[in-house]
Amino acid sequence: MAVKLPIYMDNHATTPVDPRVVETMLPYFNETFGNAASRNHEYGWKAEEGVEHGREQVAKLIGATPKEIIWTSGATESDNLAIKGVAEMYREKGNHIITQVTEHKAVLDTCKRLEKYGFEVTYLPVQKDGRVNLDELRRAITAKTILITIMYANNEIGVVQPVAEIGAIAKEKGVFFHVDGVQAVGKIPVDVNKDNIDLLSMSAHKLYGPKGVGALYVRRRNPRVQLAAIIDGGGHERGMRSGTLNVTGIVGFGKACELCQQEMPAESARMRGLRDRLKDAIFKELDEVFINGSMTYRLPNNLNISFAYVEGESMLMGINDIAVSSGSACTSATLEPSYVLKALGVGEDLAHTSIRFGLGRFNTEEEVDYVAARVIETVKRLRELSPLYEMAKEGVDMSKMQWNTH
Amino acid sequence: MAYSDKVVDHYNHPRNVGSLDKNDPAVGTGLVGAPECGDVMKLQMKINPETQVIEEAKFKTFGCGSAIASSSLATEWVKGKTVEEALSIKNTDIVRELALPPVKIHCSVLAEDAIKAAISDWKKKNAGAETPAGETKAAGQA
Repeated sequence: MAVKLPIYMDNHATTPVDPRVVETMLPYFNETFGNAASRNHEYGWKAEEGVEHGREQVAKLIGATPKEIIWTSGATESDNLAIKGVAEMYREKGNHIITQVTEHKAVLDTCKRLEKYGFEVTYLPVQKDGRVNLDELRRAITAKTILITIMYANNEIGVVQPVAEIGAIAKEKGVFFHVDGVQAVGKIPVDVNKDNIDLLSMSAHKLYGPKGVGALYVRRRNPRVQLAAIIDGGGHERGMRSGTLNVTGIVGFGKACELCQQEMPAESARMRGLRDRLKDAIFKELDEVFINGSMTYRLPNNLNISFAYVEGESMLMGINDIAVSSGSACTSATLEPSYVLKALGVGEDLAHTSIRFGLGRFNTEEEVDYVAARVIETVKRLRELSPLYEMAKEGVDMSKMQWNTH
Repeated sequence: MAYSDKVVDHYNHPRNVGSLDKNDPAVGTGLVGAPECGDVMKLQMKINPETQVIEEAKFKTFGCGSAIASSSLATEWVKGKTVEEALSIKNTDIVRELALPPVKIHCSVLAEDAIKAAISDWKKKNAGAETPAGETKAAGQA
C-alpha cells in the first residue's frame, strides 16, 4: 500500500486535531458563539455550558474536580502562571524553587526571570537515563523552598520522571509540586491525587486538540494552592486568569481529553508497538546508533536516536518527505545542540546526530516501515560521505584528535 | 528552512566524493572543523609537481546540507586550477554561487579553510623541493 507523503512523525511538537474534535468544535464558531461570561442571555449560557462540560472532561482525565481547572492559552502560560503565581503568593514563606536542567524553556526561563527578582533556583542535574535523582532532590529542599517544578515526560527524549515519588517527597516536606504535563497527559495515566501533584500544566494541541488553549490544574484542598494572577482584568477563572474564554478551543480540548481517556489503553499499546517496530528495523540494519534516554521510563510514542557520524540537519534534508526533528545545532534557533541531550552526558558530537521520532494516533504500520527504510538508506548514504565514519572504520580515536574548532 | 536549488543539487548529487591516498607525496589533505561543532570537512587534492595543476580533488563532509554543498563545489572549482589559482578562491564566491543564507556562511568559510589546509599540507610534504615552504600547519592533523 502506498503511503501519503510527507509523513508526519513529529507529534511532540504538535498533533493534528482529531476529526471528532473538529466536529464538536464547529457549532461553537458561529452558532453557539456567545461569550461564556455573558450572564443574561441564551448565547452566554450555551457557551458557558460548553466551557463547563469541557472543564469536566479535562478534570476527569487527570483525576481532578472541575473547579480545579483554570483555562489558559496553552502550556507556556500555564507554566508561567503556576511558577510566578506561587512565587508571588508565597514569597513571605520562602524564596527557593527547585527544578531540573531538562525542563522545557517555559519552565527554565520563567525560573531565570524569578532569579532576577531575588528568588533562588536549584537546577538539579539528571542521571544518564534522563531521570532526576530522588536523593539529590531531597537534599536540595531547604526551609526556604516553596516549589518543586519537574516535568512528567520530556519533550525531546520522552523520559518519564518518577513523579509519584517526587510528589510524596514534596507532600512530606510541605512544598508545592508543579508538573509540566504537556507530553504525558492523554498519553499515559496521570492522576493528580495518586501522584500528589498540586499544579499541572496541560496543552490541547499535544493531545489531538486545537492550538491556543491549555489549562492549569490548581489543587483546591489538602493543600489548597493560591496563586497570584499574572494577567489582570475582568476576573475570569476565579480571578486567576482574566480574559474572555476561548470557548471553541475549550470545547475541543475537552472532547480531545475524553477521547484520550477512552482510547489510552489501546492507543498506548499500539504506539509502543509502532515505536518498537521502528527501533528494531533501524537497529537491525545500522551500526553505531544510540538511544538517548531511558527505554524503560519512556513515553510509548517517543524514539530519540543518535546516528553517529551523520549530522542531523543533513539527515533531515535526506528524509525530507518525513517530518521529524533533530537535536543538531543547525536546526535550533540558538545554534547550540540540544541542552537536554547535553544534560544526559551525550557528547556534542552525538547530540548533532540525534533525530526525534514522535509517533501519533494517525501513524500507520506502513508509514513506520517507510520511515525506517528511508532513514536506513539515508544514514548509509551520508556515512559514505562522512569523513568521521571513514576514520572510525580505520580505527582512528577521534577523541584524541586535535580539531581546529572555530 | 528552504535550500537553494544548487545546494539541493550538490546534496543529492555530491561531486567528487571519496578519498585519495594521504601518504602519496602528490596528495595534500585538509581536515577542518570539529565533530562537536557539527561539521568536519576533509578535502584532498592530487597536484602535479611540474605544473602545479590540481589534477584530482576528493571530499568527504560531516555536516549540514550547506556544508556538503560547499565542499562539493570546492572540489569542482579547484580541479584543473593551479595551486595559486585555487588559493584565490574566497568563501564569498561560494556563498554567492550557492546562495547561502547568513547562518550558513560558516560552511563556506570552512570550505575555503579546507582548500588552504590541503594545499598547505601538500606544500609541507614537498618542502624540500622547489615549492615554497608551507606557511601554516595543516589544520586538524592528528
